[in-house]
Amino acid sequence: MYQAIVFLPLIGFLIAGLFGNSLGAKASEAITSGLLVIAAVLSWVAFFTVGFGTGEVFTVPMMTWFHAGGVDVSWALRIDTLTVVMLVVVNTVSALVHIYSIGYMHHDPSRPRFFAYLSLFTFAMLMLVTADNLLQMFFGWEGVGLASYLLIGFWFKKPSANAAAIKAFVVNRIGDFGFLLGIFGVFVLFGTLDLGTIFANAATYLPAEGAPAGDTVLNFLGYALDKQAAITIVCLLLFMGAMGKSAQMPLHTWLPDAMEGPTPVSALIHAATMVTAGVFMLARLSPLFELSHTALTIVTFIGAFTAFFAASVGLVQNDIKRVIAYSTCSQLGYMFVALGVGAYGVAIFHLFTHAFFKALLFLGSGSVIHAVSDEQDMRNMGGLRKLIPTTYWMMVIGSLALTGVGIPLTVIGTAGFFSKDAIIEASFVSHNPVAAFAFVMLVIGAAFTSFYSWRLIFMTFHGKPRASEEVMHHVHESPSVMLVPLYVLAAGALFAGVLFSTYFIGEGYEAFWKAALFTLPDNHILHEMHDVPLWVSLAPIVVTIIGFLVAYKFYITSPEMPEQVAGRHRMLYAFLLNKWYFDEIYEFLFVQPAKNIGHFLWKTGDGKVIDGIGPDGISARVVDVTNRVVKLQTGYLYHYAFAMLIGVAALVTWMML
Amino acid sequence: MTDWPILSTVTFLPLVGVLLILFIQDDSENGRRNIRSIALLTTLVTFVVSLFIWFGFDNGEAGFQMVEKHEWLDSGISYHMGVDGISMLFVILTTFLMPICIAASLKSIQVRVKAYMIAFLLLETLMIGVFCALDIVLFYVFFEGGLIPMFIIIGVWGGKRRVYASFKFFLYTLLGSVLMLLAIMAMLYQSGTTDIPTLLAHHFPQNMQTWLWLAFFASFAVKMPMWPVHTWLPDAHVEAPTAGSVILAGILLKMGGYGLLRFSLPMFPDASAYFAPLVFTLSVIAIIYTSLVALMQEDMKKLIAYSSVAHMGFVTMGIFALNPEGIQGAIFQMLSHGLVSGALFLCVGVIYDRLHTREIAAYGGLVNIMPKYAVAFLIFTMANVGLPGTTGFVGEFLTMLGAFRANTWVAVFATTGVILSASYALWLYRKIVFGALTKENLKGMLDLSGREKAILYPLIVLIIFFGVYPTPIFNVTSASVNALVTNVTASIGSAQTAAAN
Repeated sequence: MYQAIVFLPLIGFLIAGLFGNSLGAKASEAITSGLLVIAAVLSWVAFFTVGFGTGEVFTVPMMTWFHAGGVDVSWALRIDTLTVVMLVVVNTVSALVHIYSIGYMHHDPSRPRFFAYLSLFTFAMLMLVTADNLLQMFFGWEGVGLASYLLIGFWFKKPSANAAAIKAFVVNRIGDFGFLLGIFGVFVLFGTLDLGTIFANAATYLPAEGAPAGDTVLNFLGYALDKQAAITIVCLLLFMGAMGKSAQMPLHTWLPDAMEGPTPVSALIHAATMVTAGVFMLARLSPLFELSHTALTIVTFIGAFTAFFAASVGLVQNDIKRVIAYSTCSQLGYMFVALGVGAYGVAIFHLFTHAFFKALLFLGSGSVIHAVSDEQDMRNMGGLRKLIPTTYWMMVIGSLALTGVGIPLTVIGTAGFFSKDAIIEASFVSHNPVAAFAFVMLVIGAAFTSFYSWRLIFMTFHGKPRASEEVMHHVHESPSVMLVPLYVLAAGALFAGVLFSTYFIGEGYEAFWKAALFTLPDNHILHEMHDVPLWVSLAPIVVTIIGFLVAYKFYITSPEMPEQVAGRHRMLYAFLLNKWYFDEIYEFLFVQPAKNIGHFLWKTGDGKVIDGIGPDGISARVVDVTNRVVKLQTGYLYHYAFAMLIGVAALVTWMML
Repeated sequence: MTDWPILSTVTFLPLVGVLLILFIQDDSENGRRNIRSIALLTTLVTFVVSLFIWFGFDNGEAGFQMVEKHEWLDSGISYHMGVDGISMLFVILTTFLMPICIAASLKSIQVRVKAYMIAFLLLETLMIGVFCALDIVLFYVFFEGGLIPMFIIIGVWGGKRRVYASFKFFLYTLLGSVLMLLAIMAMLYQSGTTDIPTLLAHHFPQNMQTWLWLAFFASFAVKMPMWPVHTWLPDAHVEAPTAGSVILAGILLKMGGYGLLRFSLPMFPDASAYFAPLVFTLSVIAIIYTSLVALMQEDMKKLIAYSSVAHMGFVTMGIFALNPEGIQGAIFQMLSHGLVSGALFLCVGVIYDRLHTREIAAYGGLVNIMPKYAVAFLIFTMANVGLPGTTGFVGEFLTMLGAFRANTWVAVFATTGVILSASYALWLYRKIVFGALTKENLKGMLDLSGREKAILYPLIVLIIFFGVYPTPIFNVTSASVNALVTNVTASIGSAQTAAAN
């Protein structure tokens, strides 16, 4: 069954990819979507069998990958609760996105290619989450990167899409640079890349109370590292990979640009699944990360800062998809904070609920874009509520879930209410050195989240229409092939929290997760979370309401206010609108210098220095010498005779000596 | 079958083709067609026969197999052939790439077809000989002999600056070889033999090792090529005809790496350990420097040539990591690069044949009219950037891992190569394949022909197959590599204890 879950999408990819053009678009859509639906159903079966069963972690071996020197890696599926949670998330969202795309991509001539890519992505993502060793994880990791590259650049005629695709791949590669070094480090420390063996031996890296620093286990860049320091370095290197894939500051710049891809892609890859791979990786490697407080502190800091930073940028963006993209970036920051404070279950819970409501928001915005003739700028929307009411309500449900609306101290609330509030509470009770900072950032972030979410709703659906007559005339509700996936996701956005919170983060935690997530005996964060002061429980909902009210004031009652505020704080507004100038700074610091250095090395290094001194120089000298020799050839016999005589004389003299 | 001299058969089979071709006049279309068919058939038969080397190969045996030995010239020099896990697959790679090269030249070479085919078949014999030779003089003859047909191929069928390029290629490689010849004479003088298996067991005095190592290194570094003696390669590639580039990148460059593994490491282990930091430095410079240079290229072939230098940097780094991971990775990387860079040059050839320019800016939007080409080129590009699931990843990963075990600084610098390679390779792909089709002269271009599919698709299959399941390769190499590493580390260890005493 597990093989089927993972390989059905691959089969779909191969059929649609190899024979798509001869089969036709209809057949390609039906085959890929059908296989994905089967995989999704099987994933839910696996979810209930493993999550609510009593079995231990097990491995489904498939075949050897390679065995060279001490490296021995196999293709195998590692099945535990964490895996099946990810299977459910990936396959459910993927199946819904496949179905939705049948409607959304209706007019596109290259549909077989599109569906093939979607299935390829799903396969790579499944290989990632089922990986039994770090190298297979890296295979999936790069595989989703490839699929993401292809899908962002799907409309290859658009130069901006091509640029965004390359940017996504290269920035991810910067993260992978760290990931690879982390894998090397793990190999040196544990002598294997196999997750089971690594986890079994990780305990020996636990610093005993008051024990002296141990022997050197890793020499890294001239530093002799003992066990504790080595684990920290390795974890930080691995985390670098996670930062790239999960768009954490300062490697986040690719995600907003990735919105150049078709909207279903944004929903699947850049909201629900691929970008959460970093979160998954840290949770999967919790037996390592749990051993390094330093690494976890840095994870918390990066997560908290990204949560705040991305939300602040989201406040002023005008492209409907970019607002949601920054929101994703910010929510991923929340997940990393949860990981950083040691609440792995909470992080995965937020990953789980976020997948539903963020995919809902993206597919909903896709429905909006579809309705208004591919317009994405919210300044050209407005007043759509009456025209596309179903989409409107779906977007409202998504926003309610994202902003975490619910009644504190009860179990009435949307999905985000359970998972996001749990993260905020966890950051409050954590003993992590940056926990207080994280708590403040997350609460401010929650206020921002509420503001930009409702700003999006108000600008898009309320007020007077700002689109042209022509466009407004064509506004239409999407077909049901697009709406049904929205209903399913909306159900998830509303009920995933209340249904599953007991198991993910509540009393059922132990029985549900079993050995999939590792925590040290002194990590009591899940218990402490329940004893936070009342004001901490109330804080998220209070700031959420404030955010809503401000958005209401700005965009419903006095629509002239945003411009006045922006006018008064021109610098700040420009700073936010330009995304804190990250792209400009990178262009200045890295991209241009790399080009200049490349040009210099080529023209001056290779051209003037190496060739100049080497072959060209030598041949020039040879020409010089020949020219002089030529001058000696005067053609007069007595010149030669004289030279010969001197030569003989010299030779005889030398022989006599 | 055991007594059959299979290595000699494979080595000299191409000469049979040469003999046949000599009898045909190439002044008629008919004659040219016959010449082409004979050349293609010869290389195909050679490939099929060479597969028996693989079938008959004993993976558990670390030493030389299928050995043939005959006295030659009554001078102590012998005709001695044999393969081990390090050399065997290079023979197969050569015989595999050869029919592809001939097939790629069927249409694009229209002048002096006879001489062209003879040069290629001769080259094949010499290249196979390099990897089979077990006598150092024999090796030298094959190694240097290969220069001549290649020199002619670039110089006669090359592009506009072919004479400059061929001389640059010749002078560079000759300079290195002269030093190697001197070293070979010194080795004969010191040990009294030119027999490679005997020399492998011989221990050279330490200071002599230093000089011998440097002399061999000069030759192999030029061949690899390593920074800073790499500048002949971009010129040679740019001017060479497509098939010439494939052979150059696919096989000739591998002779450098093979030489390091066959001679430098096992015969001069102390010097190898002593010079490892130098090689690391040059490798890392090669990876970063040439990747940055590749970013700025305007000529497709030059870009791929610079990327080859960077990839060979991984090979030298892996070899001198002096551990099994590094060396296995280096061998794998060489085999993989033989397929991938060969495939990339073939891809350039496909569009060069249609438009007759290598300038990147002349292309754009090819995916609109050449979707099959776009897919093939994408897979090769991804293999070039080392995407897991392709052969490019396995070798790169192992060499970097090996380097990490030897020296983390080296590994950190080398790993930046994965970022840079993605940048230049995807940039090239975007400029040629993606975008709207606006240039008028591109609009009539046809997608891959049947012949081009027959050339490129097998490469796709192999690159993915051995990327997912490289075990057959490692089965062949591991015994010999492990023995090599054991011997080298043992002799380095004994040298160190001797020095301590």
